Amino acid sequence: MGILDSILGRSKPPAANLDALFAVPQAALSLAGEGFTATGVGGVCYRAAEGGAFAETETQIKQLVATGGGPTIEGTTDRFGFRWLTVTRTDSDVSGLVTDLHAANASLADAGFGSALLCSTVVFTTPAKKPMALVYLYKRGTFYPFAPETDERRDNALELQVRGLIANDVTVEADLSRWLAIWGAPGL
Amino acid sequence: MARTRFRSDRGLTFRMGGVGLGLGALYVAFGALLITQTNFALGLIITLGMAWGQWYFSDTLALKSMGAKEVTPEQAPELHAMIDRLCSLADMPKPRVAVSVTDMPNAFATGRTPKHSAVCVTTGIMQRLDADELEGVLAHELSHIANRDVSVMTVASSLGLLAGFITRWGMYFGGGRNRDNNGGGVPFLAVFAVSLVVYFVSFLLTRALSRYRELSADRSGAYLTGRPSTLSSALVKISGEMARIPNRDLREASAISAFFFAPAINRESIGALMSTHPPLQQRLDNLAKIGAELSEKG
Repeated sequence: MGILDSILGRSKPPAANLDALFAVPQAALSLAGEGFTATGVGGVCYRAAEGGAFAETETQIKQLVATGGGPTIEGTTDRFGFRWLTVTRTDSDVSGLVTDLHAANASLADAGFGSALLCSTVVFTTPAKKPMALVYLYKRGTFYPFAPETDERRDNALELQVRGLIANDVTVEADLSRWLAIWGAPGL
Repeated sequence: MARTRFRSDRGLTFRMGGVGLGLGALYVAFGALLITQTNFALGLIITLGMAWGQWYFSDTLALKSMGAKEVTPEQAPELHAMIDRLCSLADMPKPRVAVSVTDMPNAFATGRTPKHSAVCVTTGIMQRLDADELEGVLAHELSHIANRDVSVMTVASSLGLLAGFITRWGMYFGGGRNRDNNGGGVPFLAVFAVSLVVYFVSFLLTRALSRYRELSADRSGAYLTGRPSTLSSALVKISGEMARIPNRDLREASAISAFFFAPAINRESIGALMSTHPPLQQRLDNLAKIGAELSEKG
């Protein structure tokens, strides 16, 4: 934010970067080489604005993604009041999943709600058969891994290992303090 | 190009710019006057130094004065998680989080830059508001940090501080010095009188600026959560409770009202000019307008 904006008290919400998601299939390939398999589950997390316009956009997204009978899409609200649209594909095709997620967040951005996007997840299964999510931060345009264990603990060692694996494919969030946990995210 | 629903409030920006220009003009005029009176150099340095210290240590000072303790994510997991998500949405560094154990429902943000800042809530506000309303309040406070309101208000108010200092300094030492300095009395008295006026005008302007920045933080906060209505309901709840507890010092209040001898000015408009926060109704109206903008279809 510029000095003039500071003085005049104007703050603009940061725009979301949508296109970096298309690098995920490449990262999925690198992960597959180390025994991580894609589950075909992915989610878009955003802050739902009040009013009819937002509800209408959400209905449109559901119709858009669910056409053709392939993927299923489900909307849930988590305990922080954020909305999740969870896309589940039976064929665990990462490119297809990413296209679906992109359709969802592009619709939100077209309707003027791009600044409401928080993160997007693509869920994998680790070699130890545990869930692990690749989280995309829209505002930063960066990715980080999130490997939950029981009792709200994280497998930090695995996360750091995954960082090394995907570093050449996607932009990994350099600031570790921004690797926020998303407990109870759909698919995990 | 994706469109955004965020619209900046032109009128608010212009009013804020106007007040800023007014303050700037006062600065220049007052500075020119000071240069002619080199005796004030020391006072100038001391006062500006104090203002700088207040700005630099603003986060620590404010937390200390409220008796607030910084809390770790383990001590207040819900509060931290809420702030984590809002910071991630707004793409700003996370401030320190503090809780003050007092029943008065209040929240404030402080700090010289977004990187050195803290947000504090009282236990009173956490008890009274539900999670959505608290989030609205936190978004408002985070907007203060993003807008760098502490820096802006410090710069704006240091002129008033300086003028206040000269007025007081003049009362104690002015007379003595004038006796050895023939002919120095008239310009000194002039400076004293001007300082008094500058102090008063800058006080009013600073308060106006503060009100505009509150409105602006309301606006950014509402866009951040996408729910202006939760901030509205929080405001109604808090001001309903807070209005009964006056937070202006009794002595200070009487010192100010001493200026207002003319009964022609009605009490409510004086209150509006003096207060640091805009009236509740104005804030609610603005939030309702944002709500309407967010639900426009098409």
